[in-house]
Amino acid sequence: MSRKLSRRTFMAGTAVGAAAATFRFPAPAIAQGAPFKIGLLTVKTGPLAQGGIQMEQGIATFLKEKNNTLAGRKIEFVSADTGGKPDGTKTKVQELVERDKVNVILGPLAAFELLAITDYVRDHETPLISLAAAEDVTQRKANPFVIRPSATSAQCCHVMGDYAAKDLKYKTAITISEDFAFGYEQMAGFQRVFEDDGGKVVKKLWPPLVTPDYTPYIAQIQDADCCFNGFAGSNPVKFMRAYQDLGVKAKIPLLAGWTAMDDALLKSLGDEAVGVLSAAWYSADIDTPSNKQFVADMQKDYGVLPGGYSAGMYIAGQCVEAALKSLGGKGDTGKELAAALHKISLTDTPRGAFTIDHLGNVVGTVFIRKCERKNGKLTNTIIKTYPKVSQFWTYPEKDFLEKPVYARDYPPAKNLR
Amino acid sequence: MTRSSARWLALAVALLALATLPFWMIGDYYTNIASQILYWAIFALGLNVLVGYAGLVSLGHAALFAMAGYTAGLVLEAGHGHILAIVLGLTASVATSAVFAVLALRSTGIGFLMITLALGQIVWGIAYRWADLTHGDNGVVLHGYPRPFGLGIDTPTGFYYLTFLFFLLALASMTIFVRSPFGASLRGTRDQARRMTALGYNVWLIRFFAFLISGLWAGIAGLLFVYYNQFISPQIVALQTSAEVLLMVISGGTATLLGPIAGAAIVVIMKNVVSAYVERWNLVLGVIFVAIISFMPEGLVPGSIRLWKMGWRALLTRKKALPNTGAPPS
Amino acid sequence: MPADIYLWATLAVNSIAYGGLLFLLSAGFSLIFGLMRIPNLMHGSFFMLGAYLGAQFLSAGLNFWLAALLSGLAMAVVGGLVERFLLRRLAGQELAQVLLTLGFSFIIADLCLMIWGGDPIQPSTPAGTVGSIRAFGLFFPVYRLVLLGIAVATAIALWALIDWTRLGAMIRAGVDDAPIARVVGIKVSGLFTLIFCLGAALAAFAGVIGAPILSVYPGLDVDMLPLALIVVILGGTGSLLGALVGSFVIGFLYNFGQAMLPDLAYVILFLPMVLVLVLRPQGLFGRMLP
Repeated sequence: MSRKLSRRTFMAGTAVGAAAATFRFPAPAIAQGAPFKIGLLTVKTGPLAQGGIQMEQGIATFLKEKNNTLAGRKIEFVSADTGGKPDGTKTKVQELVERDKVNVILGPLAAFELLAITDYVRDHETPLISLAAAEDVTQRKANPFVIRPSATSAQCCHVMGDYAAKDLKYKTAITISEDFAFGYEQMAGFQRVFEDDGGKVVKKLWPPLVTPDYTPYIAQIQDADCCFNGFAGSNPVKFMRAYQDLGVKAKIPLLAGWTAMDDALLKSLGDEAVGVLSAAWYSADIDTPSNKQFVADMQKDYGVLPGGYSAGMYIAGQCVEAALKSLGGKGDTGKELAAALHKISLTDTPRGAFTIDHLGNVVGTVFIRKCERKNGKLTNTIIKTYPKVSQFWTYPEKDFLEKPVYARDYPPAKNLR
Repeated sequence: MTRSSARWLALAVALLALATLPFWMIGDYYTNIASQILYWAIFALGLNVLVGYAGLVSLGHAALFAMAGYTAGLVLEAGHGHILAIVLGLTASVATSAVFAVLALRSTGIGFLMITLALGQIVWGIAYRWADLTHGDNGVVLHGYPRPFGLGIDTPTGFYYLTFLFFLLALASMTIFVRSPFGASLRGTRDQARRMTALGYNVWLIRFFAFLISGLWAGIAGLLFVYYNQFISPQIVALQTSAEVLLMVISGGTATLLGPIAGAAIVVIMKNVVSAYVERWNLVLGVIFVAIISFMPEGLVPGSIRLWKMGWRALLTRKKALPNTGAPPS
Repeated sequence: MPADIYLWATLAVNSIAYGGLLFLLSAGFSLIFGLMRIPNLMHGSFFMLGAYLGAQFLSAGLNFWLAALLSGLAMAVVGGLVERFLLRRLAGQELAQVLLTLGFSFIIADLCLMIWGGDPIQPSTPAGTVGSIRAFGLFFPVYRLVLLGIAVATAIALWALIDWTRLGAMIRAGVDDAPIARVVGIKVSGLFTLIFCLGAALAAFAGVIGAPILSVYPGLDVDMLPLALIVVILGGTGSLLGALVGSFVIGFLYNFGQAMLPDLAYVILFLPMVLVLVLRPQGLFGRMLP
C-alpha cells in the first residue's frame, strides 16, 4: 500500500524546507525573495492514476531530497489532477499558468494530453518537461518550450529491433500493441530497425485499448521467432498471463517495450514475466549514485520499486535544477528557462548520463534487460547498454524528418503473411 | 411582492450578474471556468429536452456533442473557413441525431437507453479506429478562432460573452419551447403516450423532432467546446461524458430549466476548481449525488425550492422524482 | 498442427469459456434488472470491489474459493444496506435510481483507488486448476474450463432457485403483483432486498473468480459494465436462460469477431446489440417489458 501525498503535506514540507534553506545556503538577494514554482500535471483519478501516482511520488522524492531548494531558490510545488482527459488537462494547465503562475510544468502523463496543450504552453511561454511520448512534439512539430528527458515512443523500440535482429538473430517477428498512437509509434520504430537489419515483421496485431481477454489475439501469434509487445498501463499484466497460459510463451519468446515491463509493474507480475526481454530508458538496476539513493528513498517512503514514471519526474526535477544553476538561480523568464533546459548535460541521474538534442528530446542510454527471479523477487537485470541513443536511432536527422511520422501503417509492413 | 415578481427579480439579478461576470470575477482563470459551465449547461439543457420533457433517457449524447466538434475541426484543418466549419458541424450533429432517433425510437425506457449507449459507443469506436480521418487519439488540433462581426473571441472575456450569448439563446428558446403547443404535446407523449396516439398525435414524429432539437443544442455546445479547447480527441466521446451530462441533468432536476444549469455548475466546479483543493474530489462528487438523491430526489433546483418554501420539515417529506412515474410536474 | 486449425479451435473453446465468465458477470445484473426492474449501474463497481476484496483475502493467505465466497458475502451486506436504506425509497423512479447508482459507483471507484492504489493485481490461478490441457493440438488453460463449469452450475442453481423453490415462487409473486402478494402475507420489500443482495454477491463472486484472467485494476468497473449490459439486453431481460445464451453468443462474437474482423474490434459487440434491439427490442429470449 502506498502512502498518499497530500497537497497540504507538501506545502507544509515546502515551508519547513524553505526555512531551512534560507539559513543554510547563502542565496543572492533576488533569489531569496520569490519562490520558484513547479507545477505537475498528473492523473489521480481513473485508470491512468496508476502512472499518475508514481509521477507524483518521483518528484516528491526529488524535492524532499533537495529540501525544496534548487540552486539556492526555494521551491513551491503545485500538483494538478487532469483526470486523464485532454479537456481536463487544458483546464489544469490554465490553472497552473494563469492562477498559480508556475515557472515550469512537469508532465503530463499521456500523449493525447500533451497534444492538447502544446500550443498553449508555447503561447504562454511556459517551459514544459514532458513524460508523454508523442513523437512529433520533438520532431516535425517541435516546440521550443518542451523538453523530454524520458523518451519518444520509438526510441527504445529502435534498440530492441536492432538487438532482436543482430544479437538474438531473429528472422521473423510479430508485433502486438494497443490500438492507439503510442502503440503505433512503438511498433513502427521496432519494425523499421528490425527490417532494416534483415528481419521481417510478419504480423501486426492491434487489440483495442480496452480488451478484457487477449486470447483471440494471442491465438494468432504463431510461426515467428519472437513477439514484440508495447502494452501500457495495467494491460501488460493480463496479456503476459494469457500469453503463458495459452502455451505461446514456451514457443515464441516475448520481447517488450519500456511500459510493458516497467519495474514498477514487477510487483503485479508472476512467473509469466520470467525470461522476458525489454528495452527501457530506465531500470531500477542502473548503477549510479543518484539512482541508488532514489530507489532507496522510494522504497523507504512509499514501499515501492520505482519505474519509468517516477524516475521520469525525478529526472525532470534534476533538469530544472541544472537549468536554474546555469542561470545563476534566476530563470523567471520562460524563454530563458526553456533555452537553458535545452542545453543541459547531466551525468549522475537515475538513468545515467544524457543530453538534450536541439529539438528538445533526450539523447541517452537505452538498456536491454532480462527479467529474472532473484531471491524470490522479480528483477529486470541489465544485460546490454546502448549509450547515446537519440530519437532518430542511427538514421540521419534530416532524412528521418522528411519521412512521415510513425503511424499504424507507416513504415508500411511489406512482409505480412 | 408577489411570488412571480420575486422570481422575475431573482432571475434578472442572476442574469445581470452573469452578464457582468468578467468584470467582477477574480481572474481570467475563473472567467474560463464560467465559460465551461455555460457550454456544459447548454449541452445539459439540450439533453433535458429528451430526458425531462420527452421522458427518454439517452446515454449516447456525447456522440452528438463530438460530431459537431470533430466536423468543425476537420473542416478547419482542410483549410476552409469558420462559417463552413460551423455550419457543417451543426449539420453533422443534427444528422447524427436523426440516425440515432430512427434507431433508438424503436424502443422506449431501458431499450432506448441501451440503443443510444450502443450508438454512442459505436461513434466512439469510429473516432478511435478511423485514424485516417480523425487522427485517432492524437486528436484534431485547431488553430485560431472565428471573428463574429469582427469581434475577437480569443480572449477569456471575449469567449465568455460568446458562450453567454448562446446560453441566453438556449435559455430563451427552451422557455418558448416549453410553453409552446409542441412542448405540451411532448410532455404529453412522456406522460400518456397511448392517449396521445388515440387523440391523433404522431408520437413518433414528436419524439423525433425533440431528438433533433436536443442534437442541435448538443452540437452548439460541442462547437463551443472545440473552440475553447482548440483540440478534440476520442476521449470526449466516451461513455463517461454521456454519463456525466446525464448526471448533470438528473442531479439538477429534470423538467426544469434551471436544473441542468445547476447540475452543470456542480460537476464543472467539482472537476476543475475543487479538485485543486480536494484530492479525492471524485469521491466527494459521488457523495454529493447520493446526498441529492436522498434529500432531494426531484433534483437540486426543485428540491431547493421546496426546502426554501417549507423549511426543514420538507427534508423529511420527500417528493417523488418526476418523469417516468406519471407524477405531475411541479 | 496447421496454424489455422489451432486458431479456430482455440477461438471456439475460448468462446464458450469466455461466455461462462460473461454469464457470471451478468447473472447478478440480470437478476436485479429482470426481477426488480432496477438498472443497477453499480454492478461494475460491485464486481471490482469484490475482486479487490478477494485479492486482499488471498494475500492474507485464504483459500481461493473461500475468498470468493467471503467476498460475495461482504458485497451482499453492502448491497443490502444500499438497497434497504437508499434504493428502496426510489422504487419506480428510474432516473433517481440511475443517479444513485452512478453516484455510488464514483464513490466506490475512488475508495478502491485510495485503498489499493493504482497498480493492477492479478491473483494466481487457484491450486488444482493450474496448468493447461493439451488435446487435439490445443493448449488451453484448465482454469478457464473450470470457470465454465462454475458458470453452468451457477445458472442451474439460480434457475432452480427461481423456478422450483418456494422462495422463488414468492419472489416471482412479488414481481408480478406486489400489492396482492403483500395481501397474501409475502414480505415483498424484504424479498427485494434479498434479490439485490444476491445480485451484488454474484457480482463480487464473479469478480474474484474472474480475477486470474481479467486482473483487478482501477477502471475495471467501467470496462465490465457495458459487457454485462450487452449480455442482458441481447439475451433478453427477465430471462436467466436468455442471459446464459446471450453470454455464449457474445463469447462467440467477441472471439471470432476480434480475430476475423479486427477493423470492427471496437464495435463488434455493439453493432449486433443495436441490430437486435432495433429488430426485436425485448432481446432474443426476453418477454416484452410492461
